[in-house]
Amino acid sequence: MIVLDTGAILPRRGGIFGALSDAFWRHPKLLVFLMLTPPVLWFGIIYLGSLLALLLQSFYSLDEFSGLVVPEFTLSTYAQLFRPSNFDIIVRTVLMAAAVTLASGIVAFPIAYMAARYAKGKWKALFYLGVMLPLWSSYLVKVYAWKLILAKEGILNWVFESLRLTPLLDAFLSIPVIGGNSLSVSYTGTFLVFLYIWLPYMILPTQAALERVPVNLIDASGDLGATPFQTFWHVIFPLALPGLVAGSIFTFSLTLGDYIIPNIVGSSRQIIGQAVYAQQGSAGNIPLAAAFTVVPIVIMGLYLWMAKRLGAFDAL
Amino acid sequence: MSSETRAPWPLKLASAAGLAFLLVPLLIIFVYAFTTEERSFVWPPPGLTLKWFAVAWGRTDLWSALTLSVQVASISTLIALILGTLCAAAVSQTQFFGRETISLLVILPIALPGIITGMALRSAFSIADIPFSFWTIVLGHATFCVVVVYNNAVARFRRTSGSLIEASMDLGADGFQTFRHVILPNIGTALLAGGMLAFALSFDEVIVTTFTAGQQQTLPLWMLEELIRPRQRPVTNVVAMVVVLVTTLPMLLAFYLTRDGDQIAGSGK
Amino acid sequence: MTSAVSLQQVSRHFGPIRAMDAVDLEIAPGEFFAMLGPSGSGKTTCLRVIAGFEQPTAGHIEIFGETAEGVPPYRRNVNTVFQDYALFPHLNVLDNVAYSLMLRKVDKAERHRQAEDALAMVKLSGYGARRPGQLSGGQRQRVALARAIVNRPKVLLLDEPLGALDLKLRESMQEELKSLQRSLGITFIFVTHDQGEALSMADRVAVFSDGKVMQVGTPEEIYNRPNSRFVADFVGSSNLLPPDFTATITGQRAWASLRPEAIHITPSDGAAMQGRVTARSFMGSTVRLGLYVNGASLHAVVPASGNSANVDDMVGVLFAPEALHLMERET
Repeated sequence: MIVLDTGAILPRRGGIFGALSDAFWRHPKLLVFLMLTPPVLWFGIIYLGSLLALLLQSFYSLDEFSGLVVPEFTLSTYAQLFRPSNFDIIVRTVLMAAAVTLASGIVAFPIAYMAARYAKGKWKALFYLGVMLPLWSSYLVKVYAWKLILAKEGILNWVFESLRLTPLLDAFLSIPVIGGNSLSVSYTGTFLVFLYIWLPYMILPTQAALERVPVNLIDASGDLGATPFQTFWHVIFPLALPGLVAGSIFTFSLTLGDYIIPNIVGSSRQIIGQAVYAQQGSAGNIPLAAAFTVVPIVIMGLYLWMAKRLGAFDAL
Repeated sequence: MSSETRAPWPLKLASAAGLAFLLVPLLIIFVYAFTTEERSFVWPPPGLTLKWFAVAWGRTDLWSALTLSVQVASISTLIALILGTLCAAAVSQTQFFGRETISLLVILPIALPGIITGMALRSAFSIADIPFSFWTIVLGHATFCVVVVYNNAVARFRRTSGSLIEASMDLGADGFQTFRHVILPNIGTALLAGGMLAFALSFDEVIVTTFTAGQQQTLPLWMLEELIRPRQRPVTNVVAMVVVLVTTLPMLLAFYLTRDGDQIAGSGK
Repeated sequence: MTSAVSLQQVSRHFGPIRAMDAVDLEIAPGEFFAMLGPSGSGKTTCLRVIAGFEQPTAGHIEIFGETAEGVPPYRRNVNTVFQDYALFPHLNVLDNVAYSLMLRKVDKAERHRQAEDALAMVKLSGYGARRPGQLSGGQRQRVALARAIVNRPKVLLLDEPLGALDLKLRESMQEELKSLQRSLGITFIFVTHDQGEALSMADRVAVFSDGKVMQVGTPEEIYNRPNSRFVADFVGSSNLLPPDFTATITGQRAWASLRPEAIHITPSDGAAMQGRVTARSFMGSTVRLGLYVNGASLHAVVPASGNSANVDDMVGVLFAPEALHLMERET
């Protein structure tokens, strides 16, 4: 081994890198500040700036005659939201979001429960891929797949026909509101596609919450004489609730803000997303589109506030 | 696990049905890519053929959409990698006031529905009089891609103990040498995973893009056009299948790269 | 002669917390020095200040006569063995050890040869190709040691070097660290909360409490003549005698310490000082007795042979007045 006969303190390193490195060591906060500056500027200017612009636009109005945006403060654009035709859109969207959220909770729970508590090894991987593949597959392709399934000459009709159950489907489609000419132009179709596309967002947090439930808690409950149903209702469900609520935030908010699914699979009656797209595009009414966009933000704010009040985050 | 290791059959049935509901529609895409039927979505396919692959290959509009998508996704991923890594490094480096706010800010663009991000950008472009271009698309995409890089990098930084950096400095490496020889090799795979997921996210995005693109047509916008006003359905079928492959492979790879210990790779979406 | 490390009135404050408060220390070249104290006493902060990971809020530091404040860790010829070893997971053992040589641009063959030599010194020859993850805790510790000594630093800092090892490994490692230090001639400074470790390994010990150095001395001095109640209490199983008790024997009112081995038991008849046995535990060659004497609780360690005192017996208690060590400090 070569004994390096150097002093206890090595000489200062030359160059800009040496000087910078010394400066960062002497002032660690300087480095953090420099690292944070680009992302904070990006998000501050581009993202928060855009959200402010959105808010600003929603207080402007459209001049009906010239079709130009009048950049003056007014509440008239918000007042338009309460016109019956527009207000119907909002109510319809919220009802759809609620139905989708409830259904995803019901469909997701057994999958999450099975994956969290019983699946091992190969099966665990299958459950993982079963959730992740649809999550990461192209959104449009998933919608397209459902168009193939729900179309008049498509798979679902074929299945009903093969099982000689077509009259049943026809009877279902003749029900007002949820029925229609075919599944692909009915609310039921829109609902099914929403359910399919947002389902992984419900499964993942629910599964994560269930995985944190200690097994001995379930045993203890059984020990104390609870039936499996009581154990489920009094032990497992409350502990899984934070996961379900987290999932519901996704499903609810994503449904509120989508416009492509009802455009491709659904009836002609609009939901909020479609209204936004139509107003900013062909109608050229950016203020009204902005005001419509504020609606899901407000609804989600209320939703989070209620979830908090109900104690859904306490267990997190 | 406890005494009850076997799942009750109703649970098995319900979860199996749920999984089938999730996976069957994806499989259908693969069948339709080979159908001989041109006009409708008839099932079962009257015959199978490979000819639509050749037709799709020859479509120039498809190629230009694909090129644009790849360009947008590449640049957005690059920006997201830089911003996400910086942010993750700063957040994991020290306790500072407002780190929760930073995490929230980064997650917001993807947590809020696409029309909000899209409409917000659209409003800003309108107020600032910025014409739509390639860069307006990138601006939106990079913003919501940061979060996947950030999530992956933060998880890895948390696992990389702070004493590694001190050990490196102790042994004579200055800040830059430490970054090159210790930090980068340790977060490399996490960045690769985050970058691939960001790429997949951008490659597939449609809602924000509809608000930030002018005449440009990315691949998802091309698909959307075909879904609303179909021109040649079998070509759409072929594209759909290829897109499923392209978007799920990065996710599988990212899962493989981060499988030991990090959070589930895709949960950032 | 210049000290290897000299701290003059060094303080390190984290907001209102005084992790180090006006610490003075002189550590001689070639010394095996221990910094002993409970957790939160400032000993680790002191080590980190010497390494350069923390910057002092006030005070002056010299390493071999050269001013060290304002000098980053990578310019100090001081290396550290970390408590969690901090081995680079992406490098194999050989490259971990050769890391500092790689930074000094030593060519590959030469740095691998030197790294092999360092590994041989810690008895890990042939482990070079393994990943840190494939090693046991004791082996990782040796790699960390080899990595820290490979380029012969002026001072080696060890943070709780034996803390994570099991008892048996700890004992053999104590021996090895001692002999390694002797053969290298490097100043070793190690931090520990285990007084047995500090006393058996170190040439000198500094006892820390609340960010201050309470006492610096050889293990014998610390053990036999603690200068304060804190040191007496923390360092050993010494008896602490309150001022009232001491006054009756020496006439001086001060806290005093008394080693358990210094107490002898006699028959109670005619003894000047009597006590009641409150506890008795058999330790093999010795017996440990709890005694209640003149309002004070004491314990004594006496030879097992010929001592048949039982609990609640009255016995005579005898010790030489010189064995009573009066303490300078109040606390």
